[in-house]
Amino acid sequence: MSTAKSATTHQHHHAHHFRSDLHEFVSAKEGIWIFMVTEVLMFGGLFVAFFIYQALKPAVFAEGASYLDWKLGALNTLVLIVSSWTMALSIHYIQKGQNQRATWALITTLACGLIFMIVKYFEYTHKFEMGLMPGKFFFFEKAVNAELPLYFGFYYSMTGLHGLHVLTGMGLISWVLWRHLNGEFNEHYYTAVEGVCIFWHIVDLVWIFLFPLLYLIE
Amino acid sequence: MGNVSRSEHNTEEQWDGGHFIVPKEVLRTTVLTLIFLTVLTVVTAKFMDLGIFAGTVAFFIAFVKAMLVMMYFMGLKYDAKMNRWIFSMGFIFLVILAFFSVLDIWTRVHQSATL
Repeated sequence: MSTAKSATTHQHHHAHHFRSDLHEFVSAKEGIWIFMVTEVLMFGGLFVAFFIYQALKPAVFAEGASYLDWKLGALNTLVLIVSSWTMALSIHYIQKGQNQRATWALITTLACGLIFMIVKYFEYTHKFEMGLMPGKFFFFEKAVNAELPLYFGFYYSMTGLHGLHVLTGMGLISWVLWRHLNGEFNEHYYTAVEGVCIFWHIVDLVWIFLFPLLYLIE
Repeated sequence: MGNVSRSEHNTEEQWDGGHFIVPKEVLRTTVLTLIFLTVLTVVTAKFMDLGIFAGTVAFFIAFVKAMLVMMYFMGLKYDAKMNRWIFSMGFIFLVILAFFSVLDIWTRVHQSATL
């Protein structure tokens, strides 16, 4: 199974309250899934609120959506999908003992995260300049609907919370990349990479719904 | 899809799920399908006039994409049944939240529309 094992591979020992390495791995993963439930509920609450307000004020939300650039949204969707793929590949390569390939897969994932944030930066600054801000900071004078700041309250809450997750994910990927380069992971022990991998996929999962919600539906 | 090899360095114990390797071909097919569906959702939403079905179509495509990410990228197809249940609980409680919130707005606020 393994072909190119690192010369500096560390031996992992499971914590004393676990029966075995596998017991530790399975338990850690279950914990990550419980954490993922809290993520679904946190973003889910915002989605439910968005749907209700959109149903009550369709004109406000249609006007808000018209100020978003779907091309940038689509670009970011593709970037995140590719990053999810490379993240899954990093696990695959570590499991096969192909450490160099795993390193490049992690670096590519990190680069995709960076591209996503750069695109987001241009989107945000463009809106800031136009005055499309949430709540009392709103100063866009050509707004047709007086309640347009409400839409941008949702826009910044949802994409902002998502962006924070992208940044957190990038930090976590950097952390596992560092540990990977130190030879801490191998086909028998890669628990941290697996956890970060699942977290990164939920970032992708949330964006898969945010993209049609904000950019496509008017 | 789904020829998963399980490593057997712990033969003395059996865990549901445990270590599984998602084949590279499965990951590649998944990412290509996701890219295709992204193009499809843009085409149906921006270049076709689906009228009142536009939202339904866009969210149906998003649902399919989400299922692919969960099954193959997150590996829930091969993971322990317990983990599938745990993650499902998040969505089940989300449906409860959505159901009662919509019910409340529909029967109380929507009729006077002062919100």
